Amino acid sequence: MATQAPTRTNSIMRDNYGRRRVVNRIMVGLLCLCAIITLVPLFAVGGYVVREGWPALVGQFPGIFTAPSPEGGELLYGLEGTALLIAIACAIGLPIGILSGIYLAEFGRNRLGDTVRFMSDVLAGLPSIVAGIVAYSIVVLTTHHYTPFAGGLALGLLMFPTVTRATEGVVRLVPDTLREGGLALGVSRWRTIVSVIIPASLSGIITGVVLGIARVAGETAPLIFTVLGNLNGFSGWDQPLPALPLQIYQDFINPQDPNQDYPVGYAGVLVLFLFVVLLNLGARAVAARRMARGR
Amino acid sequence: MAISPKHQVEEPVAKQSVAMSALHKATVAHRRGGLVNGDTLFRGITTFFALSVLLVAVLMIATLWYNARASMAHFGFGFITSNAWDPNLKLLFGAGPFIFGTIVSSLMAIVLAGLVGVGVALLLVELRLPRWFSTPVSLLVEMLAAIPSVVYGVWGIFVLIPLMQAHIDPFLQKLFGWTPFFALDTSGGHSLLTAALVLAVMIVPTVTTISRDVIRVVPADQREALLALGGTQWEVIRFAVLPYARPGIIGALILAMGRAVGETMAVTMVIGNSSYIGPNVFSSADTLASRIANNLGDAGDLELSALFELGLILLVVSVLLNVLARLLVWSVSRGSAAMA
Amino acid sequence: MIAQADAPSITRALFVDRLHAYYGAKHAVKEVTLRFEPRAVTAIIGPSGCGKSTLLRCLNRLHEVIAGARVEGKVLLDGENIYAAAADAVRIRRRVGMVFQRPNPFPTMSIQDNVTSGLRLTGRLRGAVQREVVETSLRAAALWDEVKDRLKAPATSLSGGQQQRLCIARALAVQPEVLLMDEPCSALDPIATLKVEELIAELRGHYTIVIVTHNMQQAARVSDNTAFMMIDMEDRTGILVEEGPTKVMFSKPKDKRTEDYVTGRFG
Repeated sequence: MATQAPTRTNSIMRDNYGRRRVVNRIMVGLLCLCAIITLVPLFAVGGYVVREGWPALVGQFPGIFTAPSPEGGELLYGLEGTALLIAIACAIGLPIGILSGIYLAEFGRNRLGDTVRFMSDVLAGLPSIVAGIVAYSIVVLTTHHYTPFAGGLALGLLMFPTVTRATEGVVRLVPDTLREGGLALGVSRWRTIVSVIIPASLSGIITGVVLGIARVAGETAPLIFTVLGNLNGFSGWDQPLPALPLQIYQDFINPQDPNQDYPVGYAGVLVLFLFVVLLNLGARAVAARRMARGR
Repeated sequence: MAISPKHQVEEPVAKQSVAMSALHKATVAHRRGGLVNGDTLFRGITTFFALSVLLVAVLMIATLWYNARASMAHFGFGFITSNAWDPNLKLLFGAGPFIFGTIVSSLMAIVLAGLVGVGVALLLVELRLPRWFSTPVSLLVEMLAAIPSVVYGVWGIFVLIPLMQAHIDPFLQKLFGWTPFFALDTSGGHSLLTAALVLAVMIVPTVTTISRDVIRVVPADQREALLALGGTQWEVIRFAVLPYARPGIIGALILAMGRAVGETMAVTMVIGNSSYIGPNVFSSADTLASRIANNLGDAGDLELSALFELGLILLVVSVLLNVLARLLVWSVSRGSAAMA
Repeated sequence: MIAQADAPSITRALFVDRLHAYYGAKHAVKEVTLRFEPRAVTAIIGPSGCGKSTLLRCLNRLHEVIAGARVEGKVLLDGENIYAAAADAVRIRRRVGMVFQRPNPFPTMSIQDNVTSGLRLTGRLRGAVQREVVETSLRAAALWDEVKDRLKAPATSLSGGQQQRLCIARALAVQPEVLLMDEPCSALDPIATLKVEELIAELRGHYTIVIVTHNMQQAARVSDNTAFMMIDMEDRTGILVEEGPTKVMFSKPKDKRTEDYVTGRFG
């Protein structure tokens, strides 16, 4: 029978294949179990967020955005605040991120480039609270004001490494034939980069930016003592500012009136959750399509 | 992890011609006359921003150092082991419990997340599952990483902690109550263990993504060599794939631990926020990030300086883990090229 | 030399019966019928892309490991079809060993652990037994004298030719009936190639050996029989053109295509 091991005179050929097959099945089963264990929390958290947030958000729509929340303030203010912070973060983080990414891709095959690349990778793992206290020190302690700018600085610091790496990655992929073609025609290097290379990698750069935004949109820790939160929405450039994740934190940690704070909090959680997840999915879908099309 | 497209694909002809026409336009514009020093200027600008990355890093360390110097001068190296934290009377501060809490919660998290995360990575790479299954699973795992910390925190407070209190803690106590680790549960669910669980969920995607990349790089002929000797699928994983990928997987674990160390919101919402050093995982505790987040707002001068020193310690720990991890992961990709 | 006393059912005969191999939709090997003489060396030669390696990998069921790859037809080992529904690939691969194009010892293991890696799958070996197996296998692979003082050294510390002989020792340690070799010398320098060819000459008579090679002179040197494959011009699949004793194939082949290839007119 082809399924039996042939007999041998040599006794070192023990045949315990039956047991090995069982072990194989068990281990493969355990690997599947790992996948299940990993995904259960995802559905648990997602389900919880939707279950609690949906009635609040949809049930009182659109009033939920202006519902008075004694601890955190109105959701609408929080959304505005987050939008403003993202804008400031982009203003700080995008120039550094995109331009350093271009440097690394175009000119960065040297010691300086290696150092910058390494540092940017290390900064990608910066704890968000550290970015927060740095911004606190630089802005709040010196100006004696909680300001939007402080929060935006912290978020910008957290955002740019993602953008740097994405930009370098995408620009590197542009084929050298385009670069050489430009030079051969007598076009200067910088014009080739600006007019040809960057447009060719634009969707990848935008993907990186979107991922960076998704990352910082949900950050709370750096905002606690840089923008502080504000029940009256944006009140000036030298005043505290509300932000969505901060509101959520405030609503749940120390609610003045749970009946009012919690629903607003849950609605906020759902909005934030959807926003971040959709941004992420969208960015990855675009990236996947781009790779499939062969850009 | 940022998207880094790995597979170079040749541009299809249509894309090429779009780029070519852009090139043509650039040529025309250039011939009309442009900046004489355009190239130098452009290179200068991009170099400046590249340097600013380094500047940012230096600035951060300098800021932390500057603010922490009062505390450092006052407490010296004893700060690292001291477990005092008295902002009101004695003005004594120490990082001991927070370093403990940070390390222990992260270690526990990485043990859990490591087993599960590497398992998922092996599943996705080795088991040759159909695309319609492995792609969604991959995607869902990555979505776990996208969920903001504060959302995990809210879920932790309202779902996980009651669950722990009702079922998991008593179960563990029954089984392991005779050890010092699971002895007493007085914390009401806000504990090291709960924090470790939440952290584990949050860092599993990091472990999986990096491990998956590392495992993919193991050359096919290693697997085939073991198959040709009559190995089962699990034996191929155990004897051909895992030993080869081990440095990289360890790197993935360390990197994930680096992330865990820096987590603030989810941890501070479930850990209980009390100074604790000891073996009981049911006890409330605190981490560096959590203490900073809670106390910075109302801190007096010396306490503020102490908090900045905590921040400096946190930065050092996080960077060390990060660097160590990258060296390991980097050595795998170098090594596999050398061994190929 | 490994002295083999086989049970009577072990003939070490390998017979391929109307085999087709596919990579998804691509028909790579078409209708090959071929008998491999027991305890002799058969070389498979032909131009690149004709399916030689694919055919070889069908003999130990390694072909199906690639996603979408499949096989039709039969391969009979000792008279039983390895592709029968009841047949188990893992068991088959134990009896049909393989040496690959580029040496692939396990880099995290020592020399002796590499040799015993196949055996340890079925259980731990006691010290004395392990030492004996290691020595026997390394001697059979003509590597013993060169490494006997450094058995615990990492396998990667060996030269390319030595690593390949280590891989041969590893394959022999599990006592296969058949040894498949997929261009085993193509990554080696001439001196190492010579050593491996001498080794094949020693192993002949004990194992049924099938060697794929793109080097005709090598085929002429080491093999008893030769099979010639090429790409069928019409449907771009690999086909078996002719096979026979090596001396005949290289001097008076029956098929004109064989003659053209063997005399260097193409390929």
